[in-house]
Amino acid sequence: MELRSRVPGGPIEEKWDRHRFEMKLVNPANKRKHTVLVVGSGLAGASAAASLSELGYKVKCFCFQDSPRRAHSIAAQGGINAAKNYRNDGDSIYRLFYDTVKGGDFRSREANVYRLAQISVEIIDQCVAQGVPFAREYGGLLANRSFGGAQVSRTFYARGQTGQQLLLGAYQQMEKEIGRGGVTMYPRTEMLDLVVIEGRARGIVVRDMVSGKISTHLADAVVLGTGGYGNVFYLSTNAKGSNATAIWRAYKRGAAFANPCYTQIHPTCIPVSGEYQSKLTLMSESLRNDGRVWVPKQKGDKRPPDQIPDAERDYYLERKYPSFGNLAPRDIASRAAKEVCDEMRGVGEGGLGVYLDFADAIKRLGVQTIRERYGNLFEMYQRITDENPYQGPMRIYPAVHYTMGGLWVDYNLMSTIPGLHVIGEANFSDHGANRLGASALMQGLADGYFILPATISDYLASAKLSKVDPGHPECRRMEEEVASNTRRLLGIQGKRTVDSFHRELGKLMWDYCGMARNATGLKKALSLIPELRAEFWRNVNVPGSDTELNQALEKAGRVADFLELAELMCLDALHREESCGGHFREEFQTEDGEALRDDEHFAYVAAWEYQGSNASPELHKEPLEFEYVRLAQRSYK
Amino acid sequence: MNRLQLLWKSSVGKKFIMAVTGLIWVVYLITHVLANLLVFQGPAKINAYSAFLHGTGGALWAARLVLIVALVLHVVAAVQLAERRHEARPVGYAAGREPQVSTVASRSIRWGGAVILAFLVYHLLHFTVGTAHPNFVEGDPYHNVVAGFHNPLVVVFYLIAMAFVGLHLYHGIWSSGRSLGMSPPSPRPLRRTLALALALLVWLGFSVIPIAVYAGVVR
Amino acid sequence: MKLTLRVWRQSGPSAPGRLVQYEAPAISPDMSFLEMLDVVNERLIEEGEVPIAFDHDCREGICGSCSLMINGIPHGPMPGTATCQLHMRSFSDGAVITIEPFRARAFPVVRDLVVNRGALDRIIQAGGYIDSPTGGAPDGNTLLIPKDRVDTAMDAAQCIGCGACVAACPNGSASLFTAAKVTHLGLLPQGQPERYRRVLRMVAQMDIEHFGGCTLYGECQDACPKLISIDTITRMNRDFLKATLSSGHGAVAQSD
Ligand SMILES: Cc1cc2nc3c(=O)[nH]c(=O)nc-3n(C[C@H](O)[C@H](O)[C@H](O)COP(=O)(O)OP(=O)(O)OC[C@H]3O[C@@H](n4cnc5c(N)ncnc54)[C@H](O)[C@@H]3O)c2cc1C
Ligand code: HEM
Ligand code: HEM
Ligand code: SF4
Ligand code: F3S
Ligand code: FES
Repeated sequence: MELRSRVPGGPIEEKWDRHRFEMKLVNPANKRKHTVLVVGSGLAGASAAASLSELGYKVKCFCFQDSPRRAHSIAAQGGINAAKNYRNDGDSIYRLFYDTVKGGDFRSREANVYRLAQISVEIIDQCVAQGVPFAREYGGLLANRSFGGAQVSRTFYARGQTGQQLLLGAYQQMEKEIGRGGVTMYPRTEMLDLVVIEGRARGIVVRDMVSGKISTHLADAVVLGTGGYGNVFYLSTNAKGSNATAIWRAYKRGAAFANPCYTQIHPTCIPVSGEYQSKLTLMSESLRNDGRVWVPKQKGDKRPPDQIPDAERDYYLERKYPSFGNLAPRDIASRAAKEVCDEMRGVGEGGLGVYLDFADAIKRLGVQTIRERYGNLFEMYQRITDENPYQGPMRIYPAVHYTMGGLWVDYNLMSTIPGLHVIGEANFSDHGANRLGASALMQGLADGYFILPATISDYLASAKLSKVDPGHPECRRMEEEVASNTRRLLGIQGKRTVDSFHRELGKLMWDYCGMARNATGLKKALSLIPELRAEFWRNVNVPGSDTELNQALEKAGRVADFLELAELMCLDALHREESCGGHFREEFQTEDGEALRDDEHFAYVAAWEYQGSNASPELHKEPLEFEYVRLAQRSYK
Repeated sequence: MNRLQLLWKSSVGKKFIMAVTGLIWVVYLITHVLANLLVFQGPAKINAYSAFLHGTGGALWAARLVLIVALVLHVVAAVQLAERRHEARPVGYAAGREPQVSTVASRSIRWGGAVILAFLVYHLLHFTVGTAHPNFVEGDPYHNVVAGFHNPLVVVFYLIAMAFVGLHLYHGIWSSGRSLGMSPPSPRPLRRTLALALALLVWLGFSVIPIAVYAGVVR
Repeated sequence: MKLTLRVWRQSGPSAPGRLVQYEAPAISPDMSFLEMLDVVNERLIEEGEVPIAFDHDCREGICGSCSLMINGIPHGPMPGTATCQLHMRSFSDGAVITIEPFRARAFPVVRDLVVNRGALDRIIQAGGYIDSPTGGAPDGNTLLIPKDRVDTAMDAAQCIGCGACVAACPNGSASLFTAAKVTHLGLLPQGQPERYRRVLRMVAQMDIEHFGGCTLYGECQDACPKLISIDTITRMNRDFLKATLSSGHGAVAQSD
């Protein structure tokens, strides 16, 4: 397999324009003749489905929830970036590009990131036209807030529900197309395999989650917008249903998996409260605009926060990173929190927490302003913890949040399987080794609204697609494979529940492949995971049948895939003998504990190719050149 | 599509019609209760008023026509909306729903309305046509009222009916403003001061009469 | 704490269903309601029984998946809170909790506590959007929108499409859901061109889906996890009546 990034030539500002001109177009009259499958109805999937249908393609869209509007994007809180420079604070496309490459710790593709920054501007306009109620100033102009990793104020938001409003915007556009007949929606339908015929992605095998019926959908191109795989850690800020199944099965059909070990640990989440905990709740990072992060100076200080005088508090982010302070990027803020907790200075029972304090902000701006900015977040916090953040500080702790890794794609967002396109969090994306806040929504929508609709025509116009029908032996074979796999899960009838395996896997990943990793731990994990997987296939208990709504069965299939993906993540983490962004190897750090990159040996994208169930995957490298942003040690001091 | 058809076809449109027709009756009831209170000033005034009404001839029938049409539309719409309601939840909650904020008035609006309808029929035969009256004297409402309320059963029936009229208005006057899309946004949308005032006026105004007569205050 | 659950179990859309009793010992008050159900399900599986099916995903009160009728109240006793955000501390030790699916003809039961709310999507399909094909949008700041206007629109736009309003309504009406979208889009300048056509189509769809009419009981507003006000229903009615009664909007012509 060779990785052709297909990055067009010319100066970076002109690449996308030039490329759009050079790409082949599908004649309007022929668009109707092309069917495109879009798996996923999140920001990426819904925006793509709507836009493709508007162009005239026949689109089928799939999601596992009961309505496309419930895709996990709905949970995004803080905001979406765009280089509008509405604040006149020196922002520009180039600065957003620069910040994103630097924030990604120089592990992303310059050309992609620049294009993302260019398109960011159009996204806001598009969403406003759809009626997304972005926050406004009294004069009626769009408001902005600043977000982690940036010194300019370029984040657009709709209260603490930006993702919800953006997704509803895309969802409504898609519903409009469904009404028109351009898009056919398949909710409660899970993709369980990818149909590859003559080397091209030609369809998917799905399970109707209500009837259990397994069937094949064929098309001229397949688009995966199935989100991230953070749930491999069991506890994460992702929705319970978020899973890796779609991309993992595509990987097993030949799509390269890039940088699986790049996971983002979000610094501001509500700490774990007990064994039964089913997920972790994020407190939008925007809180760090006005909240000050601190822990007691002395170890094991058990006094309540209000009895700890300022002199005995350590505002460690402000101390370590004077110029960014509480707005230091996520990976840095998260590690800093872990450090102080490792030093036994953590707060709350269990000592796994730090304070996020609004006392000063409330003094400065008044309760009303704070309520306007963060009201719903404060409520959420109080609802969950039963503590009132207007009175005392919040307790926060890092949690798994986002996966920068994903299926490898070229400049056209096409994977190593011709015809298989991957958008949104599901691809290895433009965020390198660490994603800056408010940039995933931007990327998902850039992919779906603007990039894919343009690039997919190049594929459809140039690919010679032979006629295939559902009777094709390959389809039959795959349906049978999927069916027997489900039957197998139901047949085990062991002792342990699916969740118990998932929890154990998550704990294992958090301990050995979490915020800080080292060779010994990763090797340990690599020996434990296969054992756990073996026990799963021997001892899992999946009740019910495969001809009905069976949530245990759905979970089982997803956890089975996590159990394989986890191994690849550890493998990737072990091979990358450097620290970069979300991937922190304890062996590789500066004397003051900062991530130590090794650009000489690791300035590449690690793309893994599946070699069969009992062979280890093959590593391919896409070298990364940096012509515009000078490679430098990232500093937020 | 024809606008009126569109109204009648739609559940929102039907509520518009119920509101308008309901309010027509509200207006009538307010004048009616005020007029009836004249009984406390002796026969002359109320009989004169009645005579005046009947004297207008055409106008009276015009008004009656309006009231009849309004009532028919109101009731038909009510019945159809009630059918919708039953279609909308064929299988109910095994353990029931716990009402949180809805008022007794709103929850009794349907059969309350039915009671009002029954009352109306009787009432017309009682005081207008007279066939349901022990000794009806055409053109002497004062006498008819006084004579009509000597039977305790009649009084009790009137009082019950009036209670439902009061409840009906307490909800109806408030909700019609919203059905007509006229009520201004409010921080406490469920507050309904005006409806309360009018409902009390009508309820008490009507109720005192049979009581007063039966107690012999008016004779 | 120790609880007794009475849960609606129904193996399929057409199968008969009934309330089944389960004991839930050793429940922590810090658990969320769904975590409590997780614990019960874990035990059921270990005992070889089929776990209770219920919809959920984000568990942050934003996706609108969770949809339980708890002691006769959609999303349970806590105002402005979706089931997934409800915590066991709002129940007393030893309490008996009845859990049923949302009920409406438009919400057929799929299994146990899971219902099909596709009707709400179809109401949006009918007109709950601003037709703005990708591309060609003017700069976001060319439209000046007063802050209070956007804020009111946002209040309505927060609807998570959970259907609790329908479940709570004695008439099984979807008025609050529909009105929330009509209000959100109808308040914004972008939404004006399709304003009257939109309301006519959405209301028509509401009727087609066999939702009930609105008697203004107000239960929906109380059950709504986003505390959306019935003022939105007043707005919807006003727009609908303008569209049908006053000429000039040309909406009637457009509606079909
Ligand atoms: C709590 C939280 C807050 C966040 N806040 C922000 C923020 O403020 N700013 C920001 O930029 N980013 C934020 N993010 C990140 C951002 O929300 C996500 O990265 C982004 O929404 C992913 O969108 P997506 O379309 O790629 O995938 P998703 O929105 O996850 O959608 C995945 C879709 O794929 C479908 N699907 C998945 N698997 C299958 C399958 N096997 N078969 C069929 N369908 C399938 C699902 O049904 C769903 O429709 C946040 C993330 C979280 C968890
Ligand atoms: C204690 C309560 C009431 C009393 C004492 C009362 C009394 C009367 C009297 C005396 C008349 C005859 C008037 C005349 O012929 O000049 C009359 C007529 C009428 N009343 Fe009442 N009424 C009462 C309540 C109501 C209520 C609650 C309603 C409606 C729901 C109502 C509706 C009517 C109607 C429709 C007529 C016929 C008017 C016409 O067309 O002549 N009344 N009432
Ligand atoms: C004296 C006569 C009556 C008056 C003044 C009256 C008034 C009203 C008013 C103002 C409303 C509110 C409409 C809305 O919310 O838009 C209403 C509602 C209603 N009325 Fe009446 N009404 C009268 C008689 C009746 C009768 C005879 C019936 C039925 C048999 C009836 C049944 C109803 C019902 C069911 C509603 C609620 C409709 C709904 O919201 O679903 N009413 N009435
Ligand atoms: S209006 Fe409220 S209750 Fe109804 S669907 Fe929306 S959020 Fe749920
Ligand atoms: S409860 Fe039902 S009747 Fe109307 S006000 Fe709410 S929809
Ligand atoms: S699970 Fe998403 S709102 Fe409750």
